[in-house]
Amino acid sequence: MSRVLMKGNEAIGAAAIKAGCRYFFGYPITPQSELPEYMSKALPEAGGIFLQAESEIAAINMVYGAAGAGARVMTGSSSPGISLKQEGITYCAGAELPCVIVNVMRGGPGLGSIQPGQADYFQSTRGGGNGDYRTIVYAPASIQETVDYVMEAFDKADIYRMPVLILADGMIGQMMEAVEIKEPNKIDLPEKDWATVGTKGKRKPNIINSLYLDSEKLEQHNANLQKKYNKIEATEVQYEAFGLEDAEVVCVAYGTTSRIVKNAIKHCNDNGIKVGMIRPITLWPYPYDVFKSINPKAKGILTVEMSAGQMIDDVRIAIEGRLPIYFNGRCGGMIPTPASIVEDIKKIAGGK
Amino acid sequence: MEEKIIIAGFGGQGVMAIGKLLAYAGMIEEKNVSWLPSYGPEMRGGTANCHVIISEKLIGSPVISKDATAAIIMNLPSLRKFENELIPGGKLIINKSLIDQETMRQDVDVYYIPANEIAAELGNSKVSNMILLGAYLELTKAVSIESALEAFLKVFGENKQNVIPLNRTALLKGGEIVKEKSAIY
Amino acid sequence: MSIVYERSKGLTDKDTHYCPGCTHGIIHKLVAETLVELNVLDDAIGIAPVGCSVLAYEYFNCDMQEAAHGRAPAVATGIKRCRPQNIVFTYQGDGDLASIGTAEIIHAAHRGEKITTIFVNNAIYGMTGGQMAPTTLVGQKATTAPFGRSEELSGKPIKMAELLATIDGANFIERVAVNSPANIRKAKKAITKAFKCQIEGKGFSLVEVLSTCPTNWGYSPVKSLRWLEDNMIPYYPLQNFRNFEEV
Repeated sequence: MSRVLMKGNEAIGAAAIKAGCRYFFGYPITPQSELPEYMSKALPEAGGIFLQAESEIAAINMVYGAAGAGARVMTGSSSPGISLKQEGITYCAGAELPCVIVNVMRGGPGLGSIQPGQADYFQSTRGGGNGDYRTIVYAPASIQETVDYVMEAFDKADIYRMPVLILADGMIGQMMEAVEIKEPNKIDLPEKDWATVGTKGKRKPNIINSLYLDSEKLEQHNANLQKKYNKIEATEVQYEAFGLEDAEVVCVAYGTTSRIVKNAIKHCNDNGIKVGMIRPITLWPYPYDVFKSINPKAKGILTVEMSAGQMIDDVRIAIEGRLPIYFNGRCGGMIPTPASIVEDIKKIAGGK
Repeated sequence: MEEKIIIAGFGGQGVMAIGKLLAYAGMIEEKNVSWLPSYGPEMRGGTANCHVIISEKLIGSPVISKDATAAIIMNLPSLRKFENELIPGGKLIINKSLIDQETMRQDVDVYYIPANEIAAELGNSKVSNMILLGAYLELTKAVSIESALEAFLKVFGENKQNVIPLNRTALLKGGEIVKEKSAIY
Repeated sequence: MSIVYERSKGLTDKDTHYCPGCTHGIIHKLVAETLVELNVLDDAIGIAPVGCSVLAYEYFNCDMQEAAHGRAPAVATGIKRCRPQNIVFTYQGDGDLASIGTAEIIHAAHRGEKITTIFVNNAIYGMTGGQMAPTTLVGQKATTAPFGRSEELSGKPIKMAELLATIDGANFIERVAVNSPANIRKAKKAITKAFKCQIEGKGFSLVEVLSTCPTNWGYSPVKSLRWLEDNMIPYYPLQNFRNFEEV
């Protein structure tokens, strides 16, 4: 298929349908509304169903029901709406239901703004809802990458029976880039023999549930979940990294911010400062190990985010005190500028 | 080549539309493109803008920040907001019909074009944005007129075939204006 | 000898956890019998709520999902929209349906979701220990209304059947009680009609079942049945509010 020029939100919808998603339950919120708008037209054409829910909470619970009935299902929202969905996300995690949730992030806290933000890092990587659970979090940096990871997210959700998050921001949602919606990878997925589709009188009832009143059973359930999460941490980490071995400074950034950082890095490299980069693509599981490849004589790490500095926690865990960590961040819909990043890199490289 | 252009004006002037058209035309010519709009309530009657990048290389940041190679400006607030985003030597195309002030920048190539008057002469005031786009294309050759018109049908629908001649004329007229610099008011 | 009575095949062998004298067991039996009699048990998918009937997924002998508090109608919507061939029902209490889940039930009805809701109203939060519900009667004591429900503070009890009957998408709405053999028979008829409404693809159906809570009301099972008769039925009249067969 040839490339088409698509808005990020619409491309997400197109990719989901290509990946076999036939059900979307959503609620309007800027800057992701083009996703439900797109689905309301495209899903019926693909033989699926789009339903506008009465609330974000209802939408995620419709996802729970559909996922429990074995469907490939998706919902999307933006930051405050994702806060509302946390109840359903933890239930999906607890009941081990596969689904894909898109967060087109805006500035917060509270109602915040509608401009791009990355301030839902904690919410996405540290749970968000109650209980000991994790969600795989993909943070794509371009629309092509968003499309590719939306498709991958459905497979991972099915393989691990868990909710998978696509963490985009308002820029990804609103911008247009040329994109190719590729044919999905053909992989063997586990059969959904646990789904509630009616017993047909041929088997014992299937039950979708996250309640274990017996403490020992709940502990065992948690142990099983942790085993699954450990496996994901060992096998599903994705990142982009370059120039680490001889770097004077290493920048860490994800999503659209990473593209701004790359502009700054290019400027620095052209001007004789060796700058490397780590761009986590999965925010959970986080690419801790790649930080070990950083030149031990580097002057420092610069983390750049559209937040007050949430990913720094993971960078600190990864760097284990070996190097100083600096931060350049903007909040509220403001976007870090290449010039300010260059300035910070120069300061760090100069030992200031 | 790498063109980084900011298009800005009031909502309803076709700011977003010519940005999309430009990006689509770039894609038709097998280039890398990005189109990043401003969004939200300020667009409804307020100032709208978009950042378009057309490049033979992979595009880094879709945000244009102090490195615009060109700007098409259709109202005064946008002139003041975006004139400083241009690199020295950048092309600044201003709709003189709507902006009675000049740029503060001394180090850019500026073109004051009475796009509304020219559009009225062509018989359709709606094509003033296409006149400005035509000027930009003549100055930069970012994409060809033919690609822009092919993109027009992709962006606005194949049923818009009937307005292609008018839009072609508008693009060419914009180009002529900047070719004869003396004609710029 | 022939079998004159047996446990419904619509129920599992599991002993229920309900308190002595609680009428949840009767309502479970009526729903289970109906699913069997309408020959839809094997295609049924039930949704258990949060509340006393949270463990309903262990009792109904069909595929079940356990929903978050109040969200059963949304979960049912998700299921029914991707499996229209199945019979989908929610079983919810008054805290679940009439308080935290009002948005979900109203909009499920409003969309005319082809699901059936069994709404058990015992005028109190049972599972959490007898707190006031939106359905608690004025003057009725609860652990969060120690002096009895105050109308000034908390308003009058909410009448969900009447409220839902104003919605066009709700094609079958009836209120019944299970405090006497005669009322139980009427309840069974209503539950049957509600499921028929779904089977015939008519739209949303709901049966509100007035039920007892001897433990939290603080009365004996027998006195609870009488209290229901004397106090709940006058405020919550037993009647059909919408009937798809008459449309």
